[in-house]
Amino acid sequence: MDIIVCLKQVVDPELPVRDFAIDPSTKRQVRDGRPLVISTYDENALEVALQLKDAGGARVTALTLGPQSALGDAVRLALAMGADEAVVVDDPRGPDLLGIEKVGILAAAVRRVGRFDLVLCGCESADWVERAVPPLLAEAIGAACVTFATRVEAADGGLLVRRMADDGFHQVEARLPAVVAIASDEGNRPRLPKVKDIVAAKRKPVQTWPVGDLGVPSVGEGALGVEVREVVVPQRTARCEFVEGEPAEQASALLRRLQDLKLL
Amino acid sequence: MAGICVVAHALDGTLGRSSLELVGAARALDAGLGLGMAAALLGHGSHLAEATDVLQHHGVTAIYRVDHPLLTAGQTDAALAALESIFQRAAPQVVLVSADTVGRELAPRLAHRMAAALVTEAVELGVEDGVITARRQVYGGRAIATLVVTKRPAVLSVKPRALDVPEPKPATATIEDVAVAIDAGALPTRVREVLREQADVGLEDAQIVIGGGRGMGGPDGFKLLEELAALLDGAVGASRPPADAGWVPISWQIGQTGKTIRPALYIAVGISGATQHIAGASGARTIVAINHDPEAPIFSMAHLGIAGDYREVVPALIAKVKELKGR
Repeated sequence: MDIIVCLKQVVDPELPVRDFAIDPSTKRQVRDGRPLVISTYDENALEVALQLKDAGGARVTALTLGPQSALGDAVRLALAMGADEAVVVDDPRGPDLLGIEKVGILAAAVRRVGRFDLVLCGCESADWVERAVPPLLAEAIGAACVTFATRVEAADGGLLVRRMADDGFHQVEARLPAVVAIASDEGNRPRLPKVKDIVAAKRKPVQTWPVGDLGVPSVGEGALGVEVREVVVPQRTARCEFVEGEPAEQASALLRRLQDLKLL
Repeated sequence: MAGICVVAHALDGTLGRSSLELVGAARALDAGLGLGMAAALLGHGSHLAEATDVLQHHGVTAIYRVDHPLLTAGQTDAALAALESIFQRAAPQVVLVSADTVGRELAPRLAHRMAAALVTEAVELGVEDGVITARRQVYGGRAIATLVVTKRPAVLSVKPRALDVPEPKPATATIEDVAVAIDAGALPTRVREVLREQADVGLEDAQIVIGGGRGMGGPDGFKLLEELAALLDGAVGASRPPADAGWVPISWQIGQTGKTIRPALYIAVGISGATQHIAGASGARTIVAINHDPEAPIFSMAHLGIAGDYREVVPALIAKVKELKGR
C-alpha cells in the first residue's frame, strides 16, 4: 500500500500564555522565535501509517506544506519515526492558508507524488482547527473520506476504519483510494524514534518542491468567499481566588463560596 | 424558494438537538437577510413524520424530505447524495450543517461540490449589513476569529451545543418528498456496525460537571470524582489524556475533540489546562480548579482554586457535602 501522511508544522500549542500573540497584520499567531512542532493529531496519523507498514508493508511518504526556510525538525522526526521519504512543498504562506485555499496545492502535490492508496491527515490542526482539509482533499482527488478515525486496517481490498461518533464508534468500510483523518487513542500513540533511526533518517530522500512548480492558481479572496476580519485573544476576567488551609478547611471554605454563589 | 437551508437529519433515529440549534440560527439569520428558510430532512421510516412535526413546531415553513433505507447512523455518503438531490431543486444560498459526526464530513464536501464559501465549527453567527459573520475558536480556544462570508452560496457548520435551542414557534410547513436514487454499491463508504458506548452520563446537559485529567494518575481516582458527582447530581468528564489512556470512555472527553460543556459549575481536578481541553470547558460559568501545581495554566481560567493533592481534597469535599446534605 502507498500511503501519504500530511503533516502540518504549528507553533507548539502548549506554548506559555505569555508567548502567545496574534499579529494584527496577518491575523495569525506570531511564529517567530516560537518552538514549532508537528500538529498534535498529525503525529497520530503518521503512527497509523507506520502500523499499517508494520502489519502488511507499505511505502510511507510524509508531505508537508510550509516555508522550507523554517521547517524545523518536523520532516526529520517523521523520517526518524519511520516514514520512507518526505516531500516539502515550499510555500511561505502555507501555514496561514485556509482549508479551501490550500487544498488545491495539497491535491496537486498528492498527484505529483503519484502512487497513493491512502492519504492520512490529523483530524484537526492545532492552530486553525477547521477540520476541513481531509474532506476537501478527498473531494479534490476523488477519494473516499472518513474523519475522526482512531484505527485503520486493510480489509478486502479496502479499509476497515473505526470512527469516533457522538455516542460511541462506527465501524466504517471504505474503498481505496481514501483520505482518512485520524484522532488519537491509546492504540496510535506516536512512537519515539531510536538513536539509530535518527541516524538512518539523515540518508532518507527529502524532495523540496517550490509551490509555484505545482501550477496551482492561487484562490482569490472573491472565490474564497471568506475574509478573516479579526482574531482576538479574549481577556480573561476571572482572577483565581485560592482557598487556603488544610484539606478539610479548604473543602468547607470552597463549599461555602459555592453556596454564596448559589451553585449548590 | 428558500435561501437558507438547514440540514436536519434523523439518521440516529430521532431529530437531534443540534438540528434544532440550526433552526434557531436560521431563524436569526433570516431575520437579518430575509431570504426565507427551509429544512432538508434526511432519515428513514416512521420517525421522519415525528421529525417533521418537531421542525414545524419550531417555525420551519418548508421541508424537503428524503426517506431512504440507507439514511441511517453515520452514512455520510448516502446523506451527501440525498442533499445533492435536494439542493438541485432548492438551490439554497446559505446551508447550515451541524458539526456532528456526519456533519463534520458533510460540510466541506458539500462546499466543494457547490463551489461554495466554507466556514466550519462556528460558535456564533450574525448578520451585518446583509452579510453573514461567523465567530469561531482558534488556537485551541486561546483566540476567537471573526469571519465575514462574502460569497454565496455558503456552507456553514456550527459546533454542536454552541447555540441554544430556539423557543417553539408553531408553523405549518409545505412538505416536499424528494425521491432520491442511491446506489448502495457505488457509495465509497458504508457503516458496517454502530458501537454505542455506555449510556451517556448527560455530560453536555449537566449543571455541575467534574472533570479529571492526567493528574488523576489512573482510573481509580475517577471513582472519587463519580462519588462526588453523584452527591452533587453532576456528571463526570475528563480531559484528553485519561480518555486516550483508556482510564475513562472516550465519550467522557471534554475539549476541542470531545464534548463542549456549558455547566453552571465546572470542577477541574488534576487538569493542567491544555488548550485542547479549555476549548471545550470555557463555556462553564464558574470554574473551580484543584491541582497540586499552583502554577498550572488551569488556574488562569479558574474563579476558585485549591492548590493541593486531589487524593486529600476530594475525599474532604465528599465528607463535607455529605454533612451538608445530611446524608
